[in-house]
Amino acid sequence: MSSRTNYHLDHLQYLETEAIHIMREVAGEFERPALLFSGGKDSICLLRLAEKAFRPSDIPMPLLNVDTGHHFPELNTFRDHRAAQLGARLIVRKVEDAIANGIATPTEGETSRNRLQIPTLLAAIEEFRFDCLIGGARRDEEKARAKERFFSFRDSFGQWDPKNQRPEIWNLYNTRVNSGEHMRAFPISNWTEMDVWEYIKREQLEVPSIYFTHPRQCVRRSGQWLPVSELAPPKPSETVRELNVRVRTIGDIISTGMIESPADDVDDILTEIAAARITERAARADDRSAEAAMEDRKKAGYF
Amino acid sequence: MSLTARTPASPAEPETQTTGSHPGTTTLLPDDPAPIREHAARPANAPAAPATTARHPTNHLAAPSGDATEKGPVAPVDLLRFNTCGSVDDGKSTLIGRLLYDSKSLMEDQLEALERSADLTGGGQINLANLTDGLRAEREQGITIDVAYRYFATPRRKFIIADTPGHTQYTRNMVTGASTANLSIVLVDARSGVIEQSRRHTAIASLLRIPHLVVAVNKMDLVDWSQERFEEIRADFEKFLPRLDIQDVKFIPISALGGDNVVSLSDKTPWYTGPSLLGHLETVHIASDRNLQGLRLPVQWVNRPNRPDDPALHDFRGVSGQLAGGVVQRGQQVVVLPSGITTRVKAIHTYDGEVEEAFCPQSVTLLLEHDIDISRGQMIVGLDDLPGAGTELSAKLCWMHPRALTAGRKLLLKHTSLTTQAIVSAITHRIDVTSLEPGDAPDGLALNDLGEIRLRTATPLIYDGYKTNRQTGAFILIDPASHATLAAGMLLPPKALVRPDEDGDFVI
Repeated sequence: MSSRTNYHLDHLQYLETEAIHIMREVAGEFERPALLFSGGKDSICLLRLAEKAFRPSDIPMPLLNVDTGHHFPELNTFRDHRAAQLGARLIVRKVEDAIANGIATPTEGETSRNRLQIPTLLAAIEEFRFDCLIGGARRDEEKARAKERFFSFRDSFGQWDPKNQRPEIWNLYNTRVNSGEHMRAFPISNWTEMDVWEYIKREQLEVPSIYFTHPRQCVRRSGQWLPVSELAPPKPSETVRELNVRVRTIGDIISTGMIESPADDVDDILTEIAAARITERAARADDRSAEAAMEDRKKAGYF
Repeated sequence: MSLTARTPASPAEPETQTTGSHPGTTTLLPDDPAPIREHAARPANAPAAPATTARHPTNHLAAPSGDATEKGPVAPVDLLRFNTCGSVDDGKSTLIGRLLYDSKSLMEDQLEALERSADLTGGGQINLANLTDGLRAEREQGITIDVAYRYFATPRRKFIIADTPGHTQYTRNMVTGASTANLSIVLVDARSGVIEQSRRHTAIASLLRIPHLVVAVNKMDLVDWSQERFEEIRADFEKFLPRLDIQDVKFIPISALGGDNVVSLSDKTPWYTGPSLLGHLETVHIASDRNLQGLRLPVQWVNRPNRPDDPALHDFRGVSGQLAGGVVQRGQQVVVLPSGITTRVKAIHTYDGEVEEAFCPQSVTLLLEHDIDISRGQMIVGLDDLPGAGTELSAKLCWMHPRALTAGRKLLLKHTSLTTQAIVSAITHRIDVTSLEPGDAPDGLALNDLGEIRLRTATPLIYDGYKTNRQTGAFILIDPASHATLAAGMLLPPKALVRPDEDGDFVI
């Protein structure tokens, strides 16, 4: 914002001021908000936007993360490091604990933790009586998200009703909820994957190392390179290969496809995205299962 | 720093930010053929070459921004927001699919998903509409039921599209999608011409004061690319335009299905001399649409670090908000409304340092010279261009709820950062949405009705007419019990402005 002529905002500055406005609406309108921080690239941008919205004051809300127990370890290390750096309060709620307490119940043979993080999250909302969660979802990620509002209402069961969303006119957000209901706010709804990386570059933001190329043992499964880990050991029929890979989007370690890439810095990533021929979420096995996979999870209370 | 953290090596210079934003342009070759129908042969998803007025694909990079990746100062990439509207079968979603496809913004997995659904339901024909119809019910019924947002970029601009449904019963979604748009595309089917829906959508665009309108006459292939038919539709349209309030209207003959005149110009319309649709979207001048007249800063949040031990911060008391109009300068005299206290801007704080001035729509934190009582819902304004203030208001309204509005109803009203109680004292009249002419409203305003109302608020609003300022002139109505968003309101100009009394105090 230092040097400028003729009062022009470029696209990133426009997206930034829109997001800061939403951050401040949350702080101004809710009593007990929290910010969902996973350590992934989108929530990294959210944290910088929160700094821009609220500094020199403390960020007026805690950070919340639901740990599925299947996270990449690098992600959790980064999450803790960044929270400490900001002097922010970080609340972590674990799917393991939710299972132990009977809050979440895995079905026989269920390996994905996608479904199980929903009750874990809703229990955390109840425990802290959060009335608004700020999340890093973007509309360009997925078709069902393309129809979600900046302020997305959740009923007392945490459910999203896509057919009955509040119309969102101008930048006048209806933030009202009754006790027990809550709101999800998505300040970077209008950002694309490219915008996120351009912002990371402009703001010189740290990101977890797994976004950059590194050698890793992988197996080929359903057309993707899946990382070999204790949670996902190779099947007898599979050949383990060590490849130079990175992640484009981060889900659980058992379902995140790695992409072969030499990208070693943010400029490389920007070049790679510009030339990419598949979408970011194509690397997420959880979204590939059914055309309406995300819609179904969101209705049930997913992020 | 921990092993798991990485930070970009060097600070980004302003110039490299711009060029860096489109590294993909380097992959464009001067003889890049466009539009390429065979997606397997496309050069990745490099942003499309600027769509120029050139009829020959080889001229694509002759446009000024074609060398955006070369050295030297280039204009920063800005953002254009537009919405598309039309009736059910006018081909909105097909047009958006076409823009994404031809500008190479579609990815292989999206195309594969399209092809899969084409095999299932479309008899092998790819249905571009499936790209935007994201919810299951929409795919099953072949309709669009909610506003969908889509994103694409060319070397010249980034675009946000709001795809808004054309069914009458979903007008509230069109108002939603249009409220933030710089430009509106009204699709007209060349065979049926201007119908009530076209007039309705144009009227709503006018009411919402979208500065630019494009009338895309679609399905020109089905009228044999007839110039006569195109001119006939234009003449029909122009008959009711004078009653509306739209400055800039462009007519473009297209075929969304075939891509003619969408990204590049078609040889089937040699009689058409204007730009392609994308060419127009890339070049339409939007910089002057922003409101730089009259400083307006609605207070969103008071920034008060609670650090008595920190000498640099223990005095810090900032007023945070997004400028809703005008420019603010350090040292400028301002007045806080509705309290009427005059003070000066001591400093303009941002996370990136203090600045000398800031402008709409930047988000800033102002430090004021006097320690005055100030809170969310108040507004800081400049002295040279004062707003109106009051509790008795007149407004145009789009009613968005199944339960009709009747006079006497008590509601919540949100205007900038202020939420207050309001009572609808009278429904003056209903507005005919196809002509914008006033009519009777004996039963109040029903879902999707437009009308004019009078309101009384519990707290005075500090406002401008919607014509003057799209932000300080707008409000929404909320049901105090169900919390449903009921209506979008546009304030009529204030009858009197805030004025200082003989002591120089502002009392309203």
